[in-house]
Amino acid sequence: MTQPDGMILGGLGDPVHDSQRCFRGILDAMSRPARPVTLASPPDAPPGVAPATMAVLHCLLDQDTPLWLDPGLQARAARHISFHTQAPLVAEMSAASFILVGDGLQLPDLSCLPLGDPAYPERGATLLVQVGDLASGGALRFRGPGIDGTADLQIDGLAPEFWPAFAVNTELFPLGFDTILFAGTRIVGLPRTTLLEEA
Amino acid sequence: MKQITEPPEHAPRRRWLGVLARASRAELEAAKGLIEQRLGPVDMPRFLRRPEIGMAMVRGRAGGDGAAFNLGEMTVTRCTLQFSDGRLGCAYLAGRRLEESVLVALIDGLLQDRRHGAALADDVIEPLAEALAARRNQRLAKSQPTKVEFFTMVRGDGRP
Repeated sequence: MTQPDGMILGGLGDPVHDSQRCFRGILDAMSRPARPVTLASPPDAPPGVAPATMAVLHCLLDQDTPLWLDPGLQARAARHISFHTQAPLVAEMSAASFILVGDGLQLPDLSCLPLGDPAYPERGATLLVQVGDLASGGALRFRGPGIDGTADLQIDGLAPEFWPAFAVNTELFPLGFDTILFAGTRIVGLPRTTLLEEA
Repeated sequence: MKQITEPPEHAPRRRWLGVLARASRAELEAAKGLIEQRLGPVDMPRFLRRPEIGMAMVRGRAGGDGAAFNLGEMTVTRCTLQFSDGRLGCAYLAGRRLEESVLVALIDGLLQDRRHGAALADDVIEPLAEALAARRNQRLAKSQPTKVEFFTMVRGDGRP
C-alpha cells in the first residue's frame, strides 16, 4: 500500500505498561544526562523512525502537544505518528512543543525553537534528534546536574553545528530547550542544564 | 470554530457508522452474521487501536451569549482495525462498550468492500435503521402524553 503520508502500523503492544516503562526510561535518561538508556519492547516504527523514537512519541505526545516534523518524516511517517499520538502537526517550529528531526546530520535551523519564558520556562520545546549511533563515533565529555564529575558519550551522525546552539542554550538557563538523542532502541537525555566540556 | 467540510462520498459511511453506533449488541451480531452469509467467513483483521475507553467533551450549540459552550464530558469507546488491503474499520460509540466497538469497526471495514458496494450496506443497515426509528418512536409515544405547554402570564397590576 502506498499513500502520500506513509502507512499506519500497529501501536504499543500493551499501551498502559509499555508507555509506563518508556516513561521510566525517559525519566532515567533525563536525570542521568549523557548516559544511554535502552527502551524495552519498543513498538512498530514507520520507515525513517527509530523504534525508540516511536516509543517516546507514543509515551509523551497527545492532542495538547503540537509536533513539528522535518520534511522527510512528514512524507514518510506523518500519518502513522498523527494517528497514534493524535498530536497536531504544525508547520512552524515556534508553535511546537516537540521537534522531531529524522537525521542528526541534517538539522533544521534551531534558532526559532521555543525556549519558554521566565514565568513559564517549562514551555521550552523538547528537541528529538535521531543520530546514527550512540556507541561509536566521536567521544564528548559532559558535566552538570545528574552527572557525577564528568560523563563521556560517543555520538555518531550528529552535525557539528548542533554544539554551538547547545552551548548558547545552556547559557539561557532557566529558559531553553531539552534534547533527547535516539539511535535504534537507545536514548540519551541532554537537558538544558547539561554542559559540554570544551575539549 | 473550525468548519469541517466533508466530501459527499463519505455520506453513506457516515450514515452506517451512526446507525451501528446506536444498535444493540444482538443487532450487531446479527448484522455481522448477515455479512458473513454474503461474503463467507471473515478473518479477523489486526488491531491498529485496541478497544479503549475515554472521555469526549460534548459541546452545546449556543449558550446565553451565542458562543458554543461545554455541556459536559461523556464516556466514549473507540477501536480501529486494519484489513489486509489497508482498509480501516473505525468505531466510536457512546458509553463503555468494548466488545461492541470491535463489532462496529469490523462491520465498518467489511461494508467498505468495493466488490459488494452499496447493496450490501443497504441490506445490513436499513433494517437496523428501521428498528432504531421504531424504538425511538415508541419512546416518544410514551413521553408525549406527559408534555407540558408553558405560557407566560401577563402581569395584571399595571406596574412596569
